[in-house]
Amino acid sequence: MFSASSPKNVTEEVSAEQKAYLAKIRLKRSVILLTQGSIIVVFFILWELLAGWGIIDAFLTSQPSRIYRTIMNLYQEGVLFAHIGITCLETILGFLLGTILGTIIAMLLWWSDFLAKVFEPYLVVLNSLPKIALAPIFIVWIGAGPSSIIVMALAISLIVTIMEVLNGFIAVDPDKVKLVQTFGANRWQTFIKVILPSSFPTIINALKINVGLSWVGVIVGEFLVSKAGIGYLIVYGGQVFQLDLVMASVLILAVAAAAMYKAVVYLEKFLVKW
Amino acid sequence: MLLLENIIEVNHLGMKYHSLNGEITALQHIDFAVKKGEFVCVVGPSGCGKSTLLSMIAGLLPPTSGQILIEGIPVTGASSKVGYMLQKDYLFEWRTILENILLGLEIRKTLSSKSRTYAIELLRTYGLYDFEDKYPQQLSGGMRQRAALIRTLAVQPEILLLDEAFSALDYQTRLVVSEDIYGIIKQENKTAILVTHDIAESISMADRVIVLSRRPAVVKNIYEIQLTCEKRTPISSRNAAEFKLYFNQIWKELDVHV
Ligand SMILES: Nc1ncnc2c1ncn2[C@@H]1O[C@H](COP(=O)(O)OP(=O)(O)O)[C@@H](O)[C@H]1O
Ligand SMILES: [Mg+2]
Repeated sequence: MFSASSPKNVTEEVSAEQKAYLAKIRLKRSVILLTQGSIIVVFFILWELLAGWGIIDAFLTSQPSRIYRTIMNLYQEGVLFAHIGITCLETILGFLLGTILGTIIAMLLWWSDFLAKVFEPYLVVLNSLPKIALAPIFIVWIGAGPSSIIVMALAISLIVTIMEVLNGFIAVDPDKVKLVQTFGANRWQTFIKVILPSSFPTIINALKINVGLSWVGVIVGEFLVSKAGIGYLIVYGGQVFQLDLVMASVLILAVAAAAMYKAVVYLEKFLVKW
Repeated sequence: MLLLENIIEVNHLGMKYHSLNGEITALQHIDFAVKKGEFVCVVGPSGCGKSTLLSMIAGLLPPTSGQILIEGIPVTGASSKVGYMLQKDYLFEWRTILENILLGLEIRKTLSSKSRTYAIELLRTYGLYDFEDKYPQQLSGGMRQRAALIRTLAVQPEILLLDEAFSALDYQTRLVVSEDIYGIIKQENKTAILVTHDIAESISMADRVIVLSRRPAVVKNIYEIQLTCEKRTPISSRNAAEFKLYFNQIWKELDVHV
């Protein structure tokens, strides 16, 4: 008798070749991970030793052990997380505002072909303008504080978002639009049912780019406003020639930026389920 | 089947497109009628205005001359009597099959527990009930096209317009899917207009074939398709003795050049 389950068993049974293949892939992945880990470990050990032996000047290059002590000091003074927190908050607000506002403006431009045509040259000019040049204006208008810094981050990401997302909206397959229109969809329904969800990957991509851009805006803002935050620590450390503080801050910055990027990637997995 | 009155009347229809490079007359002086329950195919060379014709019947595009009557009433906008199927299934990948099938009801604001039950009943009848929570990419091409048809049927149209609905599929799948879709349309007693550039496909499915000329398109000829075969389906039609005769006639009529 042939049982119904026999073909299933055949497919579930992993052949020796398949096992070998999987093992090879796994091995390759481990080797890559191991190499990646070794590079960073070797880098820090060499740095520590070379500075310890006096081959490089620890005053100029700092040293992992001194960086560690600096971070612990900041922690014991109770200011470490305050600095990290304010910078992260400014960045998150900056890129969320940039993405949301950019998407809303892109929606208006999608809605009205007239507006899109009218504003096109202005967008092109604004896009090529280095937004950092606007920082002094924001500081004068808004005041030297976190608000200016957030506006700086927003300014950097806004125009790119508008252009990216608008292009995403326009690139939606016209036949998808035709489909909902055969059901009698109005412009708002067309936007909500087709244009926006179709452009979701584009918007997530804008979000990823905006995380990076917002960090630039926030750090530059903190350089100029200089009251608190990781950017402030870097500038302050530079001014008083404390490279330990500068290096420690850059290291923290690298970790925070990477963590935020990972968070967006995770958000994408969570939101884009199909 | 008893063919009642004309459900669609196309009177002296014409369409011109305008662009900076000039004016394109896509269609002119198009006259024909479709009876209730009839399956009509429109064949014509690529770019002659077949999609334009369907868009106008669906009320998506106002004609530049002439008019279209559906059940005696002039078409002025997207009609609730008409369902449309495009070349690709355009199932939205962010919606499950059930959510896709409810799309038309949502947009028309006619989603009620009754209409929902009707849609689910269609899924059950046509073997997609087990897939209602799946996403489109988990379905085969044929099943997706069937789901697209059910999405159209869920809003209970009288008339189905199919624009090259099978052209995106490979040859084998195309035969099976057209057999499948034809069966469903007949079972649901719908009137259908299928636009295609595939002569064999048109003969295999149609009660009548309307042949359009090259642009500016006019109706060149209308063929009543009468085939002697047991139980007529697209695949069995292809074996009928008359099939080849019709094919040759329409082929000559289309006057295909490279
Ligand atoms: N929106 C449009 N603007 C200008 N010309 C168009 C437009 N849509 C279609 N056309 C032209 O009208 C003709 C008929 O198009 P279409 O109805 O899509 O043909 P078919 O479906 O038979 O291939 C083509 O030559 C095409 O270039
Ligand atoms: Mg076409």
